Amino acid sequence: MSRGPPAPARASAARLTSTTNRPPRTRIRLGTEPRSSRARRARLDLRTALVGSTVGHMDRIADVWGPRTPHGKGTVWPARVDEYLADGLSEDEVDRWVPSACVLCSNGCGCDIAVKDGRMVGVRGRATDVVNHGRLGPKGLYGSTPWASSPDRLTRPLVREAGQLVETDWDTAMGRVVEVSRRLLAEKGPLTHGFYSTGQLFAEEYYVLGVIGKAGLGTPHMDGNTRLCTATSAAAFKESFGADGQPGSYTDVEHCDALFLYGHNMAETQTVLWMRVLDRTRSPDPPVVVCVDPRRTPVAVEAERTGGVHLAPRVGTNLALMNGLTRELFANGWVDERWVRDHTLGVEELRGIVEPYTPEVVARTCGVDADDLRRAARIFGESRDVLSTVLQGFYQSHQATASAVAVHNLHLLRGLIGRPGSGVLQMNGQPTAQNNRECGADGDLPGFRNWENPRHVGELAELWNVDPLTIPHWAPPTHAMQIFGYAEEGSIGLLWVVGTNPAVSMPESARIRRILGGDQCFVVVQDLFLTETARLADVVLPAAGWGEKTGTFTNTNRVVHLSEKAVEPPGEARSDLEIFLMYADAMDFRDRDGAPLVPWREPEEVFDAWREASRGRPVDYTGLTYARLRGPTGIPWPVTEHAPDGTDRLYHDGVFPTRTDECETYGHDLLTGAVVTEQEHRAMRPDGRAFLKGAHHTPPHEEPGPEYPMLYTTGRTVYQFHTRTKTGRSPSLRAAAPDAWVELSEVDAARLGVSEGDVVRVESPRGAIEVRARVGRVRPGTVFAPFHYGSWDLDDADPEHQHRQANELTMTVWDPVSKQPYFKTAACRVVRVRGGDGPAPAPTTAASAPVGGGVPGTSGGAPTTTRLTDTPGYPDDPAVDAAGGTGGR
Amino acid sequence: MHLATYVGLAHRSERTLAESLRVVGEGHARHPDVLFTCRTLAGFSDDHVRQLEPVARRYGERHGGDVEEPDRLHAAGLAEVRSGPVGLLRDLQDLHVLGTLVLTTWTVINQAAQGLRDHELLSIARSASGQTSRQLSWLNTRMKAAAPQALIVAP
Repeated sequence: MSRGPPAPARASAARLTSTTNRPPRTRIRLGTEPRSSRARRARLDLRTALVGSTVGHMDRIADVWGPRTPHGKGTVWPARVDEYLADGLSEDEVDRWVPSACVLCSNGCGCDIAVKDGRMVGVRGRATDVVNHGRLGPKGLYGSTPWASSPDRLTRPLVREAGQLVETDWDTAMGRVVEVSRRLLAEKGPLTHGFYSTGQLFAEEYYVLGVIGKAGLGTPHMDGNTRLCTATSAAAFKESFGADGQPGSYTDVEHCDALFLYGHNMAETQTVLWMRVLDRTRSPDPPVVVCVDPRRTPVAVEAERTGGVHLAPRVGTNLALMNGLTRELFANGWVDERWVRDHTLGVEELRGIVEPYTPEVVARTCGVDADDLRRAARIFGESRDVLSTVLQGFYQSHQATASAVAVHNLHLLRGLIGRPGSGVLQMNGQPTAQNNRECGADGDLPGFRNWENPRHVGELAELWNVDPLTIPHWAPPTHAMQIFGYAEEGSIGLLWVVGTNPAVSMPESARIRRILGGDQCFVVVQDLFLTETARLADVVLPAAGWGEKTGTFTNTNRVVHLSEKAVEPPGEARSDLEIFLMYADAMDFRDRDGAPLVPWREPEEVFDAWREASRGRPVDYTGLTYARLRGPTGIPWPVTEHAPDGTDRLYHDGVFPTRTDECETYGHDLLTGAVVTEQEHRAMRPDGRAFLKGAHHTPPHEEPGPEYPMLYTTGRTVYQFHTRTKTGRSPSLRAAAPDAWVELSEVDAARLGVSEGDVVRVESPRGAIEVRARVGRVRPGTVFAPFHYGSWDLDDADPEHQHRQANELTMTVWDPVSKQPYFKTAACRVVRVRGGDGPAPAPTTAASAPVGGGVPGTSGGAPTTTRLTDTPGYPDDPAVDAAGGTGGR
Repeated sequence: MHLATYVGLAHRSERTLAESLRVVGEGHARHPDVLFTCRTLAGFSDDHVRQLEPVARRYGERHGGDVEEPDRLHAAGLAEVRSGPVGLLRDLQDLHVLGTLVLTTWTVINQAAQGLRDHELLSIARSASGQTSRQLSWLNTRMKAAAPQALIVAP
């Protein structure tokens, strides 16, 4: 019973004016307050449309996404301003509002930080920002500021003395780092140095770190925890399109007829983007949603509500599912043969690879219904405009890059890319992950340059005035898992961890603790708090955080924001930039002419230097300055002479950066990770055409068996971010998801004799956790565990006996191309330990909702305000306003 | 017809390569990418061995001990692995040598298939050559990445 999507509703603006859901739409200048009678009328209309929903003071723990502002297809997403102020403060008690953007997910919502008496006391969404149109999510509202004045902030450097970390001054702490660094360089050279950074610094800090590592020391061992969150996104772009770079835009949400979310629980991971989606799906002409996820998430519910499909493949079988969808496009003639001929390479090989993946074969492999697969494929094949988004359900799972590339293949086969409504959003997990990818502090060269292209390396050598051989480019930059491997064997003798918590976030925690705590490697940790990782370090450097320093960062949608310093950091804490400069000065790195290699002092000087490094590359920042970024909204790159106001979406002309001399990589074998050589690449003459690449499905590395009969998968909850360094210090967020849990399906719970809230032991061949069980909405046979919960806030924490850390169980194994670890495919067994004293501490508001009743709803967030305001014009927004004019300029 | 000699050589060298890949993978299991990729690549060679069955039925298959097969074409597999980073490098290099023997064997069979106008054999030889090249590419990629650390700083 295959059913097509509803006929695309091409609602005209004129028609929309007659509906009750007409959005308030006034033409105003950015940053000014409209006072026309029409605006007031529009506002009244909207309020009418919102009857029944709460506008005003809101508990955003209970109401995660806030009130709806539904609007018609192709019209501008209405503005709505969300605000949180601590301690019952009102707006007129705030001393200053400092412009920034939120760093508690990858969405990058424009916001202003409220400052009172030199302290950050809250945030307000910016109505004029293209990313969020004024909205903020629960993490942004409640979690942005409380951590900063937390009494347990690191305020002085620490060094290890007789086994204990003790406070010291900066000279002593940095002196120790420099002493070890110089000794290792003299003894064995730069390959003794490894840097493991983050997705949460600013662009300027990554760039300086990149220059220090690549041109100062000359080590290839630099990566970020971006390897854990976003490496597959970058790798998939490079394989398909030749270079990194998000093709689509959030504005595609307003124009698509179908929306596919692959392993992307957007409702929890990017709450504000999900609000944008809900405002379309709850309108009279909604897009059809298709959800690929092993849990019944809010996305899955929305898929069912809009007449779409929820496909819940068995963990580890994503690629088989994608091959099945791809085969359906070929089998039903949904391929735009002409576009494919003109703009792609490899269609015949791909056709051959997917041929065996009939719906019946896929149904058996993935445990999905064959007709559901056919329906999903038909929705993709017959909708006029399709937007696809992808996240960790694909990136951290088996055959990650091949699966993410398969999403590109579907779009390329239909030519659905580069126009409003048709695009791909390979999401990021962290707010500034994109900058690590761009600026060269992770496994890439700055400016999306190709380490195998001598001309690209030469450009950097010239820019930095160093010998090209200083810049390590004999092999791919070392990925995080390999860096820890080298630290384990001791060939990396100095490991510098910046702004991340691998003791909790990396797979197979027991092994990571051993590596960090051992004597074979000197460990430096630079962070805001004494994290589980910092406790194992030899030197701990106290860092300033967001709002305590100035810098830029780029969201997953390519939008660059300037985040200004709002307050002073506590005690002796210093910005990451200052710390890197301190190290560079002490090491006295010089260029080829004896001048200082790292001459910059202020963030703006570094930004200008980075801008030059980006010139002429796909990630071109040349039109951006701090002055430009002080405007009403963030600006999406590339920003150049030809695109002075930025670029809403890439590849409108179907021309991709795949030329051999231009591309960021010559590509890989998706199954093995073997590199394609320059000669092989040149011989294919890609010349701007995109690659269609496929691979066969292979069974996951660990499959359930008699001893470990269930599948184990990990993920996030809407109220926490990463290892809760910030969100765990917000009372509202902490109370909403205070402790770890696992989710079991109703069938499995019954079989195991487990009731809601019972304590269970979950074991894999590598470790075990004991937590309370939520009888929830996960696919039968699968166990879900949130990865946020380490031990920093437990009094009785014995680091060797973690009882709630999800990564105790995960495997050390990674994708052959992106090298992203697989957090979502392991085998486990579950044993009931004892009865509980109430329901599991899992939230009820989203994917972790219980199946049964009797569990009180998650609520109790501090009051926030939500205001509907007039909707300004947004630069480059392709949507039309209610009067039928074009949106934006 | 001497093709049988090369069918035998392909058969045996592919089997040796598959076994050696598994030995190296298991022996260096603390490098999970080596473990799992070696398993996958061994699967390629298993497939080739299977594909050779109809060919062997048609052309015969001559093995060692036969005076017509020059002794120097034998290649012993890897029965055990070396230890440490340099050991891994040397083991990967040995696999590469084995893989090269397999590849040139398929090149020779491919030439014979053309002369015989045997479409089935030609298709098998072409596909096997392509798969063997993928095995060699991965070994080369992995050696290049591992070499500097192993040669310069490994303990």
